Amino acid sequence: MKLNQKLKEYWHKLGSPRWFYQITTNWVTFFGASALLLLVTGLVWALAFAPADYQQGNSFRIMYVHVPAAMVAQSLYIGMGVAGFIGLVWRMKLTDVAIGACLPLGMVLTALALFTGGVWGKPTWGSWWEWDGRTVSTLVLLFLYIGIYALREAIPDQNLRARASALVSLVGTVNIPIIKYSVEWWNTLHQSASFSLTEKPAMPVEMWLPLLIMVLGFYCFAGHQVLSRMRLEVLTRESSSRWVAELMQGRGMLANPAKASSTDHGKD
Amino acid sequence: MYFDSFAEFLRMGNHGLYVWVAYGSTLLVLLSAFFITRSMSRSVEANIRWAILSRQAEQASGAQTKQEDGSES
Repeated sequence: MKLNQKLKEYWHKLGSPRWFYQITTNWVTFFGASALLLLVTGLVWALAFAPADYQQGNSFRIMYVHVPAAMVAQSLYIGMGVAGFIGLVWRMKLTDVAIGACLPLGMVLTALALFTGGVWGKPTWGSWWEWDGRTVSTLVLLFLYIGIYALREAIPDQNLRARASALVSLVGTVNIPIIKYSVEWWNTLHQSASFSLTEKPAMPVEMWLPLLIMVLGFYCFAGHQVLSRMRLEVLTRESSSRWVAELMQGRGMLANPAKASSTDHGKD
Repeated sequence: MYFDSFAEFLRMGNHGLYVWVAYGSTLLVLLSAFFITRSMSRSVEANIRWAILSRQAEQASGAQTKQEDGSES
């Protein structure tokens, strides 16, 4: 019973923008620092130290940026779908903030996955683009992102915009399993998953370890970006509230406004 | 290091162009996302600071006129 109450309390707090802003302050720094460390290590390892593939040669190194971009792009979309569901059922305002924060990064990462896929496809398949299950369903993902982006730009009313984008995000999640299983359902050129949670990778360790580092780095980067953007949106929406004024005062941004513009930005 | 020389590293066994274009575009995306978010955060904070300051100034001048009204009557 006690646990139940604790969970309930937590759930209610989760809807509070002020609480969200406070607890995520350290998370942003953590994700940012981890992303920097992992991405630098991963990039150097992937480019200079991982062995070349015996069939594809060095073009296979594109995998180290292509796979993480595609994985995070899909995860961000799943995040939007989950946020949309919670927003529709419990009318939590923070979920719309989350959708708005996942959207731009998810969109560019989908585009990046398609682009690096094409650049990888040219030397490997002999063409920049193939009408294949995986590529087409990823293109659909890009169009979903663009569609929701356009929808949000087009609806000025905040509540209506939140409900519309929550609904489209939720409905669009049917595309995610299609992307995932496309390589199994259809006979395709696209190679099957390099990674799965349950099985040992088919690659040798010196090939998959840098990939794991890159994937984690991309996830940390996404965490940093999404949280930063959510915090910005929360500040904007709550800009006339007392806690925001107190927060700015606490940072010394109001005590001496002339000086404040040059300081206090180092930590974001 | 997997490669024997720096030139080999750049050439990537004839796949240099593809590999470097892919990595370059990735870096471009990540760095621009980071810097765009950072500049947004700066402008949002500056706007809020400005709004709060002007509200405070308004309140201060409001209080002053009230005082003046009081002394006149």
